[in-house]
Amino acid sequence: MSEDQSNNIDNPRPGPGGINRRDLLKGLMTVPLLGVFSYGWYRKQKNDQFYKNAITEEVKLDGVNPVLYRKVPKDKLIRIGIIGTGGRGLSLLKGAGFLSPNTLVKYINAANKNNQDKRYVEFMEQEDLNLRITGVCDVFDINAQKGISAGANIYREGLNGKMGEAPKRYKNYRDLIAASDVDAVIIATPDHWHGPMIIEAARAGKHVYVEKPMTWTIPETYEVVKAVKDNNIVFQLGHQNRQTESYFKAREAVKNNVLGKISLIEVTTNRNSPEGAWVYKIHEEANSQNIDWEQFIGPAPWNGFSLERFFRWRCWWDYSTGLSGDLFTHDYDAMNQILELGIPHSAVASGGIYFYKDGRTVPDVLQMAFEYPEREFTLLYSASLASSKNRGRTIMGHDAWLDLENNLKIYADPESTRFKEKIEKGLISPEIPIYSYKPGFKHVDAVTSPTEEYYASRGLLYTYLDGKRLDPTHLHIKDWLNCIRGGGQPSCNIDQGFQEAMTAHMGTVAYKENRRVYWDNEKQIIV
Amino acid sequence: MKYTNTQLVWLVALRVFIGWHFLYEGVVKLANPNWSSVGYLMDSQGFMSSFFYSLATNPTALGVVDFLNVWGLIAVGLGLILGAFTQLSTISGIILLTLYYLSHPPFVGLKYLLPMEGSYLLVNKNLIELAALAVLWLFPTGKIIGLDRLIFSLKIKNRKF
Repeated sequence: MSEDQSNNIDNPRPGPGGINRRDLLKGLMTVPLLGVFSYGWYRKQKNDQFYKNAITEEVKLDGVNPVLYRKVPKDKLIRIGIIGTGGRGLSLLKGAGFLSPNTLVKYINAANKNNQDKRYVEFMEQEDLNLRITGVCDVFDINAQKGISAGANIYREGLNGKMGEAPKRYKNYRDLIAASDVDAVIIATPDHWHGPMIIEAARAGKHVYVEKPMTWTIPETYEVVKAVKDNNIVFQLGHQNRQTESYFKAREAVKNNVLGKISLIEVTTNRNSPEGAWVYKIHEEANSQNIDWEQFIGPAPWNGFSLERFFRWRCWWDYSTGLSGDLFTHDYDAMNQILELGIPHSAVASGGIYFYKDGRTVPDVLQMAFEYPEREFTLLYSASLASSKNRGRTIMGHDAWLDLENNLKIYADPESTRFKEKIEKGLISPEIPIYSYKPGFKHVDAVTSPTEEYYASRGLLYTYLDGKRLDPTHLHIKDWLNCIRGGGQPSCNIDQGFQEAMTAHMGTVAYKENRRVYWDNEKQIIV
Repeated sequence: MKYTNTQLVWLVALRVFIGWHFLYEGVVKLANPNWSSVGYLMDSQGFMSSFFYSLATNPTALGVVDFLNVWGLIAVGLGLILGAFTQLSTISGIILLTLYYLSHPPFVGLKYLLPMEGSYLLVNKNLIELAALAVLWLFPTGKIIGLDRLIFSLKIKNRKF
């Protein structure tokens, strides 16, 4: 047979003439393999579908962020005054649609250097909210200038581009609030100024968007609530996590009881850099001439001029609310959004200044446990500013736990009652998430592939609409403006602000006084 | 050039296996309405990466790449399994594998976001499959076992009459 002429590649056919039986046989020899392939494909599809159905009938989450879909006419121009144009204030201006020409050029250059850098494109694509920045107030001249430069750049152009009218610089925040061409105020000052400014703005009938935490002291918290409610202003607390898509899914998962009985919620902060521990750079040109120190101090105890205290104010109780107010509030509000926690029944705390011996008074390691006896669970916060180990946020239920970052994963508990049968049958594996939500993927799939998994962790600061990346801060400001123009309550309103502030204060009091503190729900006071 | 039967069996087996692999990769992507090569392209490293990024970031180019990738894989897979236009399929397969290799070269010092199922140094499975296809190109079998036997005999016939 090996001498068979048909094995000759140059002339496989013995001679000219029509196709004979041997040609057909050899020509079609591999065709049946396609049948084998199709059968294998069919079996595999059926198998995958079977497993997928077993999971999707347990977990089906459709929650979406309503802010993405609310349409409010924007024809009414809103005039904004901003108090505090440091790092966060400028980010808020960017979310509102204003970047200084300098920063824009920086973004353009970055995009030219690295085409993965999407900041320029995203900013240019960001919706125009029909705003004007009419007033800027900052006690540091250089920061104020940056705010003015951003506010004037209404055409979103680079250096030497066309600019709009420059916002007016106010030396004192009171004058900005009182100005007749300011309809609404954004507050991004140190913590100790939040309360007094909200109260002043509310009394002047100006709508308020304020950075977290809502207040610095307990007494002023009540005044803030009263001023906001009495004057009927639209109030938004700056927890932009409220706009993150995955939190809406998490909320639905809890509502649908996917997790079973929840007993423990753990949230954490881990940072390990001077910046992360609030040791910010001191501006080279800053001095007592271009900083209005007296106004900076305001309600805080008097201290002589200090650049350190001015730029690193978060390190001192004199101006800050420490880990509890500054970072825990993010986690608290996220969990409040998902679980409707409200104010806890009690709080204990421990920690200390264990790493940063730089004269700070706020702890760099902090643990706080909040009890919710009526709900029968504990909210635990644990933070270190001197280790990067990422511990995430987890809601632990008897049937499943939910891991929450920007992406969301739900794992069935191996000892779950609800999933017991399916786990035993091998339909659900405790090692693979039964639900996984990855922003940016239009399709939400219960069964994850490693590829998608790896990308999920990338876009932490973003939320997505139809695959388009959106800045949650932008959406949070838009939500506030929607309510100013079209009525309704913003997603982090004064009631949630009150809960956030009181919970954070309880933790701080528990730490400072080294005792268990309680919330008297009847009298609405911390005892 | 003449093959022994054993040589022929293993050359055809190699052709069918590689074809099967291509076909499955193509069909899987076709069956997933959300599949796109964007993630793979964006994970590109090495000296060609900027070219692959530019494909990923241009929606039109991406659409073309996705289409060519899915249908290219299927066409090459079918061609190799059936032995239809075998040489063309083989060359197309080599081109695709070259692109995969260049977008994710296993060079020293390059780190990928996408998990790989093995450890490689310069030589990875794409390169091996590419070399195997090159061998198949030099030792073609489609006209012996495959539709090419019929296709090309028809051609010869048509030419004759």
